[in-house]
Amino acid sequence: MCVTCGCSDAESVTLTDPVTGEKLTMSRGDHEHAHEHSAAHEHAHGAATPAGDHGHSHGYEPSHSPDHDAVHDHGHDHAHPHTHAHPHTHDHGHSHGHAYSHAHSHGHAHTSGHGHDVRQQAHTHAGAHSDSAALHADRRGTILALEQNILAKNQLLAERNRGWLAGRDILALNLVSSPGSGKTTLLERTIRDLQADLAINVIEGDQATAHDAQRIRAAGAKAIQINTGTGCHLEADMLARGLQALQPPPGSVVMIENVGNLVCPALFDLGERAKVVILSVTEGEDKPLKYPHMFKASEVMLLNKIDLLPHLEFDVERCIAYARQVNPGISVFRVSAQTGEGMSAWYAWLRSQAAAAGRIAS
Amino acid sequence: MHELSITGNVVAICAERASGQQVLRVTLEIGKLSAVMPDAIRFCFEVCAKDTIVEGAELEIIETPGRARCSECGGEMMLTEMFGRCECGSVNIEVIAGNELKIRQMEVAECA
Repeated sequence: MCVTCGCSDAESVTLTDPVTGEKLTMSRGDHEHAHEHSAAHEHAHGAATPAGDHGHSHGYEPSHSPDHDAVHDHGHDHAHPHTHAHPHTHDHGHSHGHAYSHAHSHGHAHTSGHGHDVRQQAHTHAGAHSDSAALHADRRGTILALEQNILAKNQLLAERNRGWLAGRDILALNLVSSPGSGKTTLLERTIRDLQADLAINVIEGDQATAHDAQRIRAAGAKAIQINTGTGCHLEADMLARGLQALQPPPGSVVMIENVGNLVCPALFDLGERAKVVILSVTEGEDKPLKYPHMFKASEVMLLNKIDLLPHLEFDVERCIAYARQVNPGISVFRVSAQTGEGMSAWYAWLRSQAAAAGRIAS
Repeated sequence: MHELSITGNVVAICAERASGQQVLRVTLEIGKLSAVMPDAIRFCFEVCAKDTIVEGAELEIIETPGRARCSECGGEMMLTEMFGRCECGSVNIEVIAGNELKIRQMEVAECA
């Protein structure tokens, strides 16, 4: 993602209108930039994309045991200064020098002896964190204190979306789940059942195909498909472009069906009013504990496919207890999008959300 | 694989802020509850930095442990996961550290 405007390096993102079949490639870099893209920056875009599958080859274990020797062998030792609880690391530079693999590790034991520039000194002393030793540097260059949130640009764009939606009295919900939990079926039924009450529009996120947008369209709602290509989640700028293409009317509801994935979408705010996580009973009841970030980030859990419970060994109460362990405030609705069982409670919540901001379409 | 796009962000931020000077070292702070794996970031960093002004820079990652405050009794506790239970029995806790995802600083070559 370009950090100045928020446009991403994901050149492969496309928007598809399921009615016309028109495809818009979302270059995510073609809108106004108030800054210059240096040559180096452009290369960064190109270099980042083809590596999509590399990371998966790493079956990382949480291997940061206190065993420094083992860690050292793997070259993952940079992080370890932090595991030293004592804040007086200046004095101990040599005693745990083994934690640093880089060459300067023995040279920076004394801040004052090296003529650090003012910024660095101020930073090191002001922090008083136990990790301040790790911010130490020998005198090779200039230290620039950035203190910048890595996801700040996405957050900024999410807030912009939030403002855009609020200004139009639109309720936006971010639907998240694993693949196959029944998100699209749930949306189809919701659209059909509430068509007299709520104008629902849908932004569909998938890595590929416009199948879901076509299904939503057939159910009677306006839909736009965003294909993320290799991307595993929607980001705020994709939603902004999706909203532009969809043009949801004031007072309507926008359902954002995120890419099926219980990990990454939890980290990326899109500007929605709330995240709604869908968990189907054909999945493990311990999903909330396995993917706590998602369940913590969600305001509502829809436990779907309850019509299948007689055929499964799924302990509903235990699943809900796990979800509340992670997020004590989560609302839970047990539903079957197939049979319609339990859907009225979900609809009541949806209406209340829409009504709360005076958004019921008349 | 959100680490790839996050690392792409890191490299892009550093490349922009470096104003043309070669980046020698980048220091990140990644909370242990942030759902971002430092090892995956390290793995992606070299790939993302290639052919940029950040290429060849050392990557330092400070991992911040998770801490939470109990909303019932006010007690604080260490966390190794996004959730936990206070000694008082409550699961109603507020994470106060461990979600960090930030670039603390970077070191750039002196202008010639």
